[in-house]
Amino acid sequence: MFEIFGIPSQALFGQLLIGLINGSFYALLSLGLAVIFGMLNIINFAHGAQYMLGAFAAYLLLQLTGIGYWPALILAPIIVGIIGIVIERTMLQWLYKLDHLYGLLLTFGLALVIEGVFRNYYGSSGQPYQVPSSLAGGHNLGFMFLPNYRAWVIVASLIVCFGTWFVIEKTRLGSYLRAATENPTLVRAFGINVPRMITLTYGFGVALAAFAGVMAAPIYNVSPQMGSDIIIVVFAVVVIGGMGSIMGAILTGFSLGIAEGLTKVFFPEASSTVIFVIMAIVLLTRPAGLFGRG
Amino acid sequence: MASATETITAPVTAASHRSELVAFAIMAAFFVVAPAFMYPIFLMKALCFALFACAFNLLIGYVGLLSFGHAMFFGWAAYFCAHMLKEWGLTPELSIILATVAAGGLGLVAGALAIRRQGIYFAMITLALAQMMFFFAVQAPFTHGEDGIQGVQRGKLLGLFDLSHEMTMYFFVLVVFLAAFLLIYRIIYSPFGEVLKAIRENETRAISLGYKTERYKLLAFILSAALAGLAGATKAVVFQLASLTDVHWTMSGEVVLMTLVGGLGTVFGPVVGAFIIIAMQSYLAEFGQWVTVIQGVIFVACVLLFRRGVIGEIAHFLKIRL
Repeated sequence: MFEIFGIPSQALFGQLLIGLINGSFYALLSLGLAVIFGMLNIINFAHGAQYMLGAFAAYLLLQLTGIGYWPALILAPIIVGIIGIVIERTMLQWLYKLDHLYGLLLTFGLALVIEGVFRNYYGSSGQPYQVPSSLAGGHNLGFMFLPNYRAWVIVASLIVCFGTWFVIEKTRLGSYLRAATENPTLVRAFGINVPRMITLTYGFGVALAAFAGVMAAPIYNVSPQMGSDIIIVVFAVVVIGGMGSIMGAILTGFSLGIAEGLTKVFFPEASSTVIFVIMAIVLLTRPAGLFGRG
Repeated sequence: MASATETITAPVTAASHRSELVAFAIMAAFFVVAPAFMYPIFLMKALCFALFACAFNLLIGYVGLLSFGHAMFFGWAAYFCAHMLKEWGLTPELSIILATVAAGGLGLVAGALAIRRQGIYFAMITLALAQMMFFFAVQAPFTHGEDGIQGVQRGKLLGLFDLSHEMTMYFFVLVVFLAAFLLIYRIIYSPFGEVLKAIRENETRAISLGYKTERYKLLAFILSAALAGLAGATKAVVFQLASLTDVHWTMSGEVVLMTLVGGLGTVFGPVVGAFIIIAMQSYLAEFGQWVTVIQGVIFVACVLLFRRGVIGEIAHFLKIRL
């Protein structure tokens, strides 16, 4: 063990690790928000609630049917993604011609409903969810102790983030998506089923949130308000990064997580507000956001 | 971009003002006699929230800006007012005025940041700034964290009227509400208000006509913040309390809901909406968390089926302005 700027390495790297973990969730969630906003022109306020639904889906799968972490990592996003598709088909699709604000208001209402229902049954205390046995324990790296599960979360979210970036920016499917974002009418004229693409995009964005929720379950407790705690920070992340760029959302998410972790080491009182302060500075200096297109 | 509100764009004539004046007379008369058959404390709470919703509506209804952070002005003004009353021993009217000015100052800073981005980003920025102010309220020593500022004495208005009398307090709140309501009405139909509506309808065009729209938006934001602060400060005097509930994001959501239920961009909608939501909260209080669920359902239902709101629907049906 050694010291850096008078801070024990264990504490510094420990907070950096927490920052990276938080950054993974910020990246996954802001990525989902950006994908949804690109296609639907809706800011999905229910994103936090859907993240919480993912965590609860994993928790309930374990409690009710004994299905463990690994199957839940696949099943929970599918279940919550299907819920998202139902939401899109029954409600959101009626709002596309209206002002953006109505989409925000509707999904805000949905977030209240989802969070309220779970709060009613589970109160505001968190339910514990065990780290899967295959990822229990950790490694001593000399300068810090690295729990296996946390390493997995960072690696997995990097893979999912860059996988999503690759699909959207580098594949044929992604080119259809980007084209439909720019000019849906023209893309429809080429015989591509744009409404179905919109539905599936929403389902995918929601599934991403649920995936983040399952990964968060063993780290934070599974609690009804875990979504609303994180979504407002993610909004600030989105304002800082701008929603025009997928890579921008990923990079901003991770770097703000790290910034938050470092603040916790050097100036703990400001750790809960540092992202908002950065947002204010970015608004003053680069009003369009770091990666914004106008 | 389509306007957030469906409004009647016909020119303002004497006849269209008449329906609003009649409605105002009915409203004022109702509040004067209401304490005879309703709890004054319920009425005062509803009036404070009605003022809060009217202040919020000034932005969303007439400038087309959706602020998702108005709780910061409401809640922080409540803190300022309670602190000045309790710790500095100022008179209630001075505390309320200073807290209102402070909320306006907060609005200047928040507004200057938020108007740098349009549309959906504006909502997210205000929400994030309000969350930051929430964390400040949790940490700052003078707010007393989870406990809030409790046991605030209402004091004597102008040193003459003892506000601990329930009816004195009620009529003071009523006077504040009606004065602020008339001020908002005056703003909406002033030349300044007409420019705001022009910005709502087509900002690019307003700019091309030579209006510095950023200044208009900022001034509207400051006015809205100050009036929201007036509501929060008054509420702190009534309930002798300032707490974290008032700065939490759920409070920002509630004021959106009240305005939406009553009718975005209608003069009387926010008042009716505030009464509906406060009444619902009082009568359904025993159902605990289900109140949140019901509010969420109302949100969804309003957006999908009922975008004009109660007053908006009535005005549309009767073809008048309200």
